[in-house]
Amino acid sequence: MRVSIDAGRCQGHGRCFTGAPTVFGFDDLGNGVVLVTEPNGEDVALARLAEANCPEHAITVVE
Amino acid sequence: MDGPVTDFATDWDHTDPRWVHDPYPIWDDLRERCPVAHTDRYGGAWFPSTHAGVSAVATDTEHFTSRTVVIGNGRPTEEAPPAPIGVAPPITSDPPFHQIARRLILPVFAPGPVRELEPMVRALCERLLDEIAGARVLDAATQYAQFIPPAVIIRLLGFPEADEELFREFVHVVLEGVNHPVEQRIEEFAPIEEYLNAQIEDHRAHPRDDLTSYLLGVEVAGQRLAIEHIRGTMILVLIAGIDTTWSAIGASLWHLASHPDDLARLVAEPELMGVAVEEFLRFYAPVTMARLVKEDVDFLGCPMKRDDWILLGFPAANRDPAVFPDADRFIIDRLENRHIAFGLGIHRCAGSNLARMELRVALETFIARYPRFELLDPEDVTWSQGQVRGPRRVPIRVAKD
Repeated sequence: MRVSIDAGRCQGHGRCFTGAPTVFGFDDLGNGVVLVTEPNGEDVALARLAEANCPEHAITVVE
Repeated sequence: MDGPVTDFATDWDHTDPRWVHDPYPIWDDLRERCPVAHTDRYGGAWFPSTHAGVSAVATDTEHFTSRTVVIGNGRPTEEAPPAPIGVAPPITSDPPFHQIARRLILPVFAPGPVRELEPMVRALCERLLDEIAGARVLDAATQYAQFIPPAVIIRLLGFPEADEELFREFVHVVLEGVNHPVEQRIEEFAPIEEYLNAQIEDHRAHPRDDLTSYLLGVEVAGQRLAIEHIRGTMILVLIAGIDTTWSAIGASLWHLASHPDDLARLVAEPELMGVAVEEFLRFYAPVTMARLVKEDVDFLGCPMKRDDWILLGFPAANRDPAVFPDADRFIIDRLENRHIAFGLGIHRCAGSNLARMELRVALETFIARYPRFELLDPEDVTWSQGQVRGPRRVPIRVAKD
């Protein structure tokens, strides 16, 4: 599994780093950044949830 | 056009008492029957009620301008400071200036600085509850929710805490006078402008670690900000950072006061709070924002005219069954929840991290103190009119321990 954020789409809603703080962090402007590109264990479900919750559809999770 | 609305599809008015009291059935009906409603009121305006319609307009800065974001009878060309700064940058700014103004303030409201404010917000909430301790009957809106955001904003701007009362009066003037005639509005704003100027002077003489000093010191391309830009950003924080958040806090407490199962669950499972906060935001999203049509255009199948308003019903989009299963049900543990309470696109609420933190801390502190409370009289709850919706009063009875 591989997690990525499209920086061109991200507007800093913060749903990823509030819902899945072990997988996502943030930069100085509050935009999301991926901390763990290939998550394991509980982080897998959290990453998928972040993808489902991002209002801008900026997060992609692929197998 | 005046008088009562006969059909919300062709003559909607967001200040109609039925819309103010309970807009959700109106929006459900429009979504089925007329997904982009029109009205001749306010000189012509449109209202998309679907998630797709709201998203399409919110993310399109080519056809729509944010020159003003509050619907009125006039148009900003007649009464607003000229582009590119606008009245309250960056919410009233368009690209490319928008990005410059937004990049300036985003670091202030980024998650790091907001986290540092959390202990202060928690202490504030505790203090407010201490002040009403012992009462069995209290108003969760007027005695609690409505005090929190102004106190946070006054500290953020670095204004004297002793001015809290005065500051709340200013907020009242700014919010309640939205539809007053221009001359009256200028008169009402004079003391606010005077106060802000005095604060700016004081911060110039004695710079410190707050938003005001930051705005005074920051440079763009080697230049300090224009005074209009600094004052405009202060006004933005006043307009966008106060009744929005207290409406969210008030609506959430109102919900808990009338849904004992949800209250009991949140008390028993505090770890649910993060997820619950997103559902409060989806279900009771307080804010709708407006845009103006730049030039005549056919959009969403509608013949939009230059200077027509578009009212962006983020709260309506959040109840669209095409996006949310059981959209009309509040589900406190709803995990998948792609709500757009903070808008969408380049104008995503710049203060969303702060608002979310205030809402969470306000609820955590309240239910820790009062694990059981109930609404006194549902008929006594009235809702604010305009583009920010929240309960003006939430009278509750708290249970004895």
